[in-house]
Amino acid sequence: MSKLVEIKGISKTFGETTALADINLAIEEGQFFALVGPSGSGKTTLLHILGGFTEPTSGQVLIAGRRVTHLPAAKRPTASMFQDYALFPHMSVRANVCFGLVMRKVPKDERLARAKAALDMVGLSGMSERRTHQLSGGQQQRVALARALVVEPKVLLLDEPLGALDLNLRRQMQEELIHIQKQMGTTFVHVTHDQEEAMSIADVIAVMNQGRIEDVGPPERVYLKPRTRFTATFMGASNMFEGRVTGRSGGQIQVETAFGRLAVPGEAEMEATVHLSIRPEQIAAGEVNLVGRLTLGKLRVQKVSFFGTYHRCQGRHLNSDLPMTIRLPQNESAQIGEELTISVARDDIVLLTR
Amino acid sequence: MIRNHILAMLKYAPAAAYVGLVYVFIFLPVVVLVLFSFQDASLPIPPFQGPSLRWYKAIFNDFRIMDALGNSLLVGVVSAALSCLLGFLAAYGLARYRIRAAGMVQWLLVAPLSVSYLIIGMGLLITFKTMGIPKSLFAVIIGHVVINLPLAFAIIYSQMGEHQANIERAARDLGAAEWQVLLLVSLPLLWPALMASFFLSFTLSWDEFIIALLVSRFDVTLPVEIWSLLRSGLNPKTNAVGSVVFIVSIVFLAVMEVVVFGRRRSK
Amino acid sequence: MRANRKLRGWGFVGPSFLWTAAFFVVPLLIMAAYSLFQRVAGRLVTDLSFSNYLTFFSKPHYFNALINSLEVTLVTTIISIILAYPLAYILAYRVPPRWQRIALMMAILPFWTSYVVRSYSWLLVLSSNGVISNTLQWLRIVDGPISLANSRAATVVGFVHFFTMLLTLTIFANLVQISPNYSKAAADLGASRFQTFWRITLPLSIPGVMVGAFLTIVLALGDYITPQILGGLRELLLPQAIMLQIQRHANFPMASAMSLVLMVVISIIFLLFSRWLKMERM
Repeated sequence: MSKLVEIKGISKTFGETTALADINLAIEEGQFFALVGPSGSGKTTLLHILGGFTEPTSGQVLIAGRRVTHLPAAKRPTASMFQDYALFPHMSVRANVCFGLVMRKVPKDERLARAKAALDMVGLSGMSERRTHQLSGGQQQRVALARALVVEPKVLLLDEPLGALDLNLRRQMQEELIHIQKQMGTTFVHVTHDQEEAMSIADVIAVMNQGRIEDVGPPERVYLKPRTRFTATFMGASNMFEGRVTGRSGGQIQVETAFGRLAVPGEAEMEATVHLSIRPEQIAAGEVNLVGRLTLGKLRVQKVSFFGTYHRCQGRHLNSDLPMTIRLPQNESAQIGEELTISVARDDIVLLTR
Repeated sequence: MIRNHILAMLKYAPAAAYVGLVYVFIFLPVVVLVLFSFQDASLPIPPFQGPSLRWYKAIFNDFRIMDALGNSLLVGVVSAALSCLLGFLAAYGLARYRIRAAGMVQWLLVAPLSVSYLIIGMGLLITFKTMGIPKSLFAVIIGHVVINLPLAFAIIYSQMGEHQANIERAARDLGAAEWQVLLLVSLPLLWPALMASFFLSFTLSWDEFIIALLVSRFDVTLPVEIWSLLRSGLNPKTNAVGSVVFIVSIVFLAVMEVVVFGRRRSK
Repeated sequence: MRANRKLRGWGFVGPSFLWTAAFFVVPLLIMAAYSLFQRVAGRLVTDLSFSNYLTFFSKPHYFNALINSLEVTLVTTIISIILAYPLAYILAYRVPPRWQRIALMMAILPFWTSYVVRSYSWLLVLSSNGVISNTLQWLRIVDGPISLANSRAATVVGFVHFFTMLLTLTIFANLVQISPNYSKAAADLGASRFQTFWRITLPLSIPGVMVGAFLTIVLALGDYITPQILGGLRELLLPQAIMLQIQRHANFPMASAMSLVLMVVISIIFLLFSRWLKMERM
């Protein structure tokens, strides 16, 4: 698959503040690409630069090999779905969807046919005559989607489109977005602050923080083997602890931690302080076959909450007093004050040098 | 670099020129007014001779103008206060109590907004004449309340929504009697709306001419007195009075800006 | 308890209700009654008849006052919209946000002169010994003093001056409240600057124009001051004709009838605008 969008060295400063610092990304054709990060991470700014609504302070953007950095939005092969939908309130649904085609001087018959096809695709057949304010939030969003897709853009940019929807509607729209994306083969760039949403719909996730890219990769890899501390804590709950590097050999390092000396794959300086992360669901409580696993000592339980599919169990590690969170299965629970023996698979420990 | 600057300036030139021309049109009469208020001659027309403060001295020595000024202030303050009081009571009654035909009452209270001042003035003139009520400043106050009450009501009513009602409920819940709720909770919360209504009513009353002309006789307001001045043709006194009114209004506005903006900034 | 509350409610609403009834509704009713009376030989005759109205609509002398008012108002409204829209647009979209308030304040500053004085000021500019006349003579464009005052044109200038400011305000208020995302979306879909203006901004700004136009028409139709100062007495507008009936002829019946005609005309315009507003909501 070829690189459709190339972002090279993009920076953006607003006066004193740096919104983006030297961003480099490549998005392949047909990918569902997600930009995830907390507010202020710069993900929306980056999306605006892709769409042509903001010019970068430095750097280049290429789409399909063509330099578009200074091209206005109207001339780019991108289409956007805005957070508040921005449907033209004085036009009907059909007129909204036809707008981009009118701009491209598509003849009337073809326009109407394509608009109808687009509305059918998003499940709004028969709504052409409605005014936008007569539609529900979910319906308005589909109109916005249809309006953007009907012009057959090379890249569709979505700016936190699902934020205003309730949970069920959001899940439904997520599935529809995936379905439509696969069907049309258009490259989607989706901005969201919800990491679960990003993981469930995207082929590739880029995690952003304070104007920088922390990690880029497929959802599974980014979740299970994050490259930075920020990524680890942002993508999900994490038990983070420090360690001191006491030895290096081959592709492994020895780290002295609260759980004793651990051998983990990776590179680091001698005597350096590194961080390690273990996801709560990767820690097992109780007697377990220890082949390939590491014992972590005992956990004194302080609090147990029921989350439906599991129990969240918070407590402190007996020897080091480190606060930890683990998960217990749905049909198991623990008493406050109980001491649980915990262990983890060696491969699940993640070394974080950044 | 310079080419870019020149291109940018050319892009903005037509807009700037248009704005400039319109501003000239808008300010022309005001500039002429103020300029010739300093005229050192008996006619406020070119050529300009002066500057001189003699006409300003003249108006401050003119007892009729000074009386009219005082009358305008009196009428303005009283009618604005009355409008706010009545408007507040009506808004409170409609917002907090369920009255049958509330819709009709609301419609009636707002109806005067759709009728020209001339017609309201005429109606009052004929009514007072029929009832034998003499023309006076009181009649003007009555007329000004008629035109300002709808505005005061509308502004205050719009601020008495659910949010305010909940705060009042909380006060009652904590043990406040009705009059305490009114005095200690409702009024303070409505303070901005009350101030806005008062300010607006005063401003409209201050400049109102036709009703004042129709229903007053000997004691007149400033606009009516200025109108009499106009009878004597072009007169720098008129310029001076107009300029004073203008400058005072601007200063008042500037003060309001600072006060309102000052409060916003401190929040 | 319930009845007590209802009485309380009326207690609060009562004063305003009574005031409006006594000093607004009753005068209108009395005026309506008077319009059916006549003034004959200096005395009030209370026989009911529509003769005032018949006179008004049949005598050109009276009826023309209405026609003149409508014509002047229409011209004023159109010219004011044409002048105000570009100004409001430039203030809303070309002036940096920091300067917008000041620029707008400057554009409506003359609002704060007294309305009477503002019209008088135009007399200073337009009369035969006024600024324009003197300047043109000084530039040797004309030989002698020329008067632009005491004419319909002067009245229109006076009106346009005031209502351009009003329309700038209403159009500006509308323009700044249009979400910038609409033009972003339009641009994103390929619209040029002109197309964005023509298809998105302009249609969405029509309400502001309509509100301003409505206010202009209603206020201009009922204004006595500007036509009296600037228009002269050769051609009367309706408010002037009404005041003439009162001041010179003390003919309250006729004045009442003419006032009611004015009120009906304004009400019709009000209804038309309400209708348009309702259709827009659909």
